[in-house]
Amino acid sequence: MPDYSDKVMDHFSNPRNIGEINEPDGLGEVGNPVCGDMMKFTIKVKDNRIEDVKYLTFGCGAAIAVSSMVSEMAKGKTLEEALKISNKQVAEELGGLPGNKMHCSNLGADALHKAIEDYMEKQGVKAESAT
Amino acid sequence: MKKINLDNAAASPLEPAVLEAMLPFFTEHFGNPSSGHELGNVPRKALEEARASVARLINAEPREIIFTASASEANNLAIKGLIAANRVKGNHIISSVVEHFSVLNQLKTLEKEGFAVTLLPVDQYGLVNPEQLDQAITDKTILVSIQAANPEIGTIQPLDDLVKVAESKGVPFHTDAAAAVGWTHLDAKKTGVALLSLAGDQFGGPKGSAALYVSKKTRIRPLIEGGIQERGLRAGTENVPILVGLGMAAKLAAETLAERVKKSSILRDQLKESLINNVPYLHLNGHPEQRLPHNLNFSVEFVEGEALLLRLNMAGIYVSSGSSCTSQALKSSHVLSAIGLPPELAQGSLLFTLGRQNSADEIPYITDQLNSVADLLRKMSPLYHQYLKEVQNNA
Ligand code: FES
Repeated sequence: MPDYSDKVMDHFSNPRNIGEINEPDGLGEVGNPVCGDMMKFTIKVKDNRIEDVKYLTFGCGAAIAVSSMVSEMAKGKTLEEALKISNKQVAEELGGLPGNKMHCSNLGADALHKAIEDYMEKQGVKAESAT
Repeated sequence: MKKINLDNAAASPLEPAVLEAMLPFFTEHFGNPSSGHELGNVPRKALEEARASVARLINAEPREIIFTASASEANNLAIKGLIAANRVKGNHIISSVVEHFSVLNQLKTLEKEGFAVTLLPVDQYGLVNPEQLDQAITDKTILVSIQAANPEIGTIQPLDDLVKVAESKGVPFHTDAAAAVGWTHLDAKKTGVALLSLAGDQFGGPKGSAALYVSKKTRIRPLIEGGIQERGLRAGTENVPILVGLGMAAKLAAETLAERVKKSSILRDQLKESLINNVPYLHLNGHPEQRLPHNLNFSVEFVEGEALLLRLNMAGIYVSSGSSCTSQALKSSHVLSAIGLPPELAQGSLLFTLGRQNSADEIPYITDQLNSVADLLRKMSPLYHQYLKEVQNNA
């Protein structure tokens, strides 16, 4: 078993905000080129803030914990703030990830950023996100 | 909470009689079998008894058994050892795509050293076709190495037919029988294999106990040179307690093989039926009939194996998976891709290997848990949601 932190196991066991928002304001989907897994984020935006965020994840324990953590971190943030959420931050918030699971943390923030970019594109704005 | 080990191929507890047989050789009978004085006598006798028991299990002669510390070592001794003794005869080796890494990785190295390697493909069940073997053999072929059964999908190869083909062309045959010995009726003499690897920890013996069968007429060179232990084919003081354990496990396996196979097959089929009837989106991997009596391999559609494994672990059920996410190399199982399983199904693979300690009354709990775990993960799977949409659109 990978050496997962308690925080990772907590989010894996009780993932928050699972699902898919109907007619979302933004949608971001990413595949993990390393292992072939997938993540899909949908967001609802109100007054430039992420009012609601949901995700679907096909992936390992780390990937599920990452998506859950990202959803918690993003909720209520302004779009600019949410775009600054980085993969590294997510891993840190989770109390670290085993070395060979770091690549799973890329999925979460990437999928969220894609959803925000999708929203901004629809609004005709160009986004700048952290990686 | 219940604890159910369904990963017996990875590790299973020693049979009590095996441990009991081993213990005196750590203390009372600590002697070295090579000693000239009497401290070596009991260990030497025990070692030879163990050799005879292993030989009996596969119908070989005691002197055809070379003890090793793992089946990986036995596979290395078989292939490298045979090649070293037969280099002048040719440079071509034939094996299959579903072999254990202790075979495949050696072959990769040998290829770099100038050997020609042919890896035979398998069909959707994991079977090697004897005709394809026949076509692959050239006058440069010096070895065929094909496993007796696959440890992951449980498929049992048509070993007799494969060996016959190699024999008819005078090419020695090695079989990695680590997954098969103790679980199938394997007769080294009758099948006519030149070399056969086996692992004690696969049938109730301790870890670190294994052997290579080297038929009388087969010449190999040692990997480890030094003293004349194991007829000079494997130098180093014998690990007497471990090998006594191997001998006892082999003795028990030989005495009860038919009963074990039957009992395990029944339990496996009950588990299979229960899972297939109650857990949706399940695919059986490997051969439906020609498979090891303690092996089941399923793919759970739409979900990933490590997540399944961790959730089952939380419920006290221990399994393994061929998902890329569970492997250190982040590659999904080469066996599952060799049988043509699409990557998303390989990601959702679960391997169950039964052992003596499993029983039918565990089945309802296993079924319930797998069902709810798979359901939970499916509900958060983008692949499943996509599938549901497709179904809706088609309706
Ligand atoms: S998503 Fe595949 S290893 Fe984490």
